[in-house]
Amino acid sequence: MRLVGKQTWVYKNQIYLNSTGTAVGPKEGQGPLGASFDIKYDDLHCGEDSWELAERRLMVESVDSCLQKVNLTNDDIDFFLAGDLLNQNVTTNYTARHHQIPLICMFGACSTSMETLAVGSALVDAGFANRILASTSSHNATAERQFRYPTEYGGQKPDSATFTATGGGTALVSKEKGPIRITSATIGRVMDLGITNPFDMGSAMAPAAADTIIRHFKDLNINQDEYDLIVTGDLSGVGSPILKEMVKEEGYDLGNKYNDCGLMLYHSDQEVFAGGSGCACSAIVTYGHIVKELISGNLNKVFIVATGALLSPTMIQQKETIPTIAHGVVLERVQGGE
Amino acid sequence: MDLFCKITYSYILHARSEHKVATKKKIKDDYKNSIKKYQPKPRYFINCLKAFLVGGAICCVGQGIQNFYMTVFHFSEKDVGNPTVATLILISALLTGFGLYDKLGQFAGAGSAVPVTGFANSMTSAAMEYKSEGIVLGIATNMFKLAGSVIVFGAVSAYIVGIIRYFFRLTIS
Repeated sequence: MRLVGKQTWVYKNQIYLNSTGTAVGPKEGQGPLGASFDIKYDDLHCGEDSWELAERRLMVESVDSCLQKVNLTNDDIDFFLAGDLLNQNVTTNYTARHHQIPLICMFGACSTSMETLAVGSALVDAGFANRILASTSSHNATAERQFRYPTEYGGQKPDSATFTATGGGTALVSKEKGPIRITSATIGRVMDLGITNPFDMGSAMAPAAADTIIRHFKDLNINQDEYDLIVTGDLSGVGSPILKEMVKEEGYDLGNKYNDCGLMLYHSDQEVFAGGSGCACSAIVTYGHIVKELISGNLNKVFIVATGALLSPTMIQQKETIPTIAHGVVLERVQGGE
Repeated sequence: MDLFCKITYSYILHARSEHKVATKKKIKDDYKNSIKKYQPKPRYFINCLKAFLVGGAICCVGQGIQNFYMTVFHFSEKDVGNPTVATLILISALLTGFGLYDKLGQFAGAGSAVPVTGFANSMTSAAMEYKSEGIVLGIATNMFKLAGSVIVFGAVSAYIVGIIRYFFRLTIS
């Protein structure tokens, strides 16, 4: 049985993360993790005419860079599991049109990175695919215009707001031996504790992350000591301490083993309010920085919990609260290196 | 009997304290209130001060422009309003286009939103944003996306105030 406990999948076969590709925008490139990204743009337009085309370019290039590193072409991939933040998942659909890899389009807001990785690994484990790509992207300006205001509008944002990361991240998963193993994944429940403020998504998402982490520990009968690092996607400076406290209430003290991708991605003086957010946030930090740390041996076993606010501007205007979700995937360093 | 009472009493005490532990209030039980300490507080005083200073500065610039038009081009005090407002709108639109007005807005809040320059910024930024969808369905349709509510409420309140004023004068005369 691959389902362990209530919500956790333990992959039976040896599933590997063979390669990753990342493409990022200017602020992400200038951030503390800048050196770990493959492609960096100095301009938010990424040489394109519209914001949407810029985001598409980031996703396309993250896929290309991921395949290039292991000398594979589009034809070598069985399925492309991807999603983004835009209506109708446009970035994903047009990227899949470009690469011509059979598409499984998914939406999990900012939890998409781990959602696609978990499901993709399950497909490979069960024999429905030999090689899959898990990919996601977000762009600061496309998210601003869809969820908030025009980019140049001079509205004041509160300190609890987050800054949508610009970037695309892609991972290649197969049974062929690689430097990193994907061992288990926990699929989250939708949580909603009544937060309505779209400028405070850290508070909205913390319960979802806490639920998934606690569920993961209980399902596998383990605790935080099992991991070198537990990261959340984009809880920011507001949501992170809430999450730690909520997990602590259930008897798990994450201590200094915990971090948040949205806080890792930027310097504190980069004017990103409470921290980074967006699909790309967890994707580029994981596929850029964390994967390199695993390969180099600085980390051995990490639990990545991508957090998503399933936010719709229409529903918020109808006075609905913000439902949130979090999916977690465990990455392990393969002893003995590559 | 005394001993029995003592034992029972201590048992009740113990059970009570255990009960207390079991029902200790968790964050999720009263989420919105218990997370308040983690949420950054709005800095009302400093925000008001910034808004006052920047808003005041914009008005001073407006006054300067007005005086300039009156002394150099000999506009009357009644006629000088229109060219002054037009100039402020032009400056605001240019600052929006150069990507500066949103930075000013983040700093000043209401200070840069309330004057006519804020209105111009909301229209220019929308026009820029929707340029990618074409002139008619993009720019023209969306230009008033943010400013539209200002116009609606402006027109409606002018109408209501006008009616009140009319009846007020009617009763006085």
